[in-house]
Amino acid sequence: MDLNKKYTPQTWPDHPETATLEGKNKFVGFWLLLAAETVTFASLFATYLALKDKGPSGMEFTASGLFELPLVFAMTMILLTSSLTSVYAMYHMKNHNFKAMQAWLGITVLLGLVFLGLEIYEFNHYVHLGFGYTNSAFSSAFYTLVGTHGAHVLFGLSWFIALMLRNAKRGLNMYNAPKFYLAALYWHFIDVVWVFIFTVVYLMGVIG
Amino acid sequence: MAHDVHTPTRSHTEYEYLRRQRSKEMRSQLTSFAIMIFLTLIAFTTVSAGFSPYLIVPIILLLAAIQVVLQLYHFMHLSNKGHGTVAFFMFSGMFVAFITVLTFVTIVWW
Repeated sequence: MDLNKKYTPQTWPDHPETATLEGKNKFVGFWLLLAAETVTFASLFATYLALKDKGPSGMEFTASGLFELPLVFAMTMILLTSSLTSVYAMYHMKNHNFKAMQAWLGITVLLGLVFLGLEIYEFNHYVHLGFGYTNSAFSSAFYTLVGTHGAHVLFGLSWFIALMLRNAKRGLNMYNAPKFYLAALYWHFIDVVWVFIFTVVYLMGVIG
Repeated sequence: MAHDVHTPTRSHTEYEYLRRQRSKEMRSQLTSFAIMIFLTLIAFTTVSAGFSPYLIVPIILLLAAIQVVLQLYHFMHLSNKGHGTVAFFMFSGMFVAFITVLTFVTIVWW
């Protein structure tokens, strides 16, 4: 067994992510995790929907008065584009083009950082307005739902950066191909959750 | 031998064929991306246009659902061969998710 066996584009398997037993196991296990994450986020969405605009009498902030669409639109476009750039990274992974894959992953990480920066700006802005975590049932549910997604973005970024640094000199092989593939899957899942956040929280929040 | 994999060296023709297949797939991914951007734009403009909420909510939820299907089936390759088991996991998760949300929006009240 040689983890670091060298491959060329000609000898590189068609589906490197599931070419080994370990890759197959990771693939199945990771999708099981994503299914469980779906349920996690569903419970947070359900809590948010049940507590939307609820809180102590005379509470100042409601969804329609608080959210502003331009920022959310920018965040949506950035995250959606970063989903595409990670597709490009996996395209080059399958062509065994390590440098191009690293470059596209780098772009994905940059876009993710911009997204995270905008989210931090947004939360900071709300807190300065007086909409803190303990303000109302609505504020707690909002910050928990969107904050959990933000934490996933942070984790996804750390994962990408760790993989890129750890394998910078190794190149692509059967050992790390499944790792890159799963990190990209995780990144797409983060975008899937965001689609529901911008629809259910922000768009449905603005219309009241 | 968890990492052992036997791959015979491909002929030049075979290799070129696979490369072309992959770049064809990449072009279809770009199409999905364009559709997703388009759906997002429609969702935001519908809300900005200020129609009745009873009209907007079903439309934007439908647009979100289409976009998620594109992400799962194209970007995450759920439609590819060998994804039967994991699709089952995902659908089970979505089913539980749906029931959870349905419960909280219908039987929780203040």
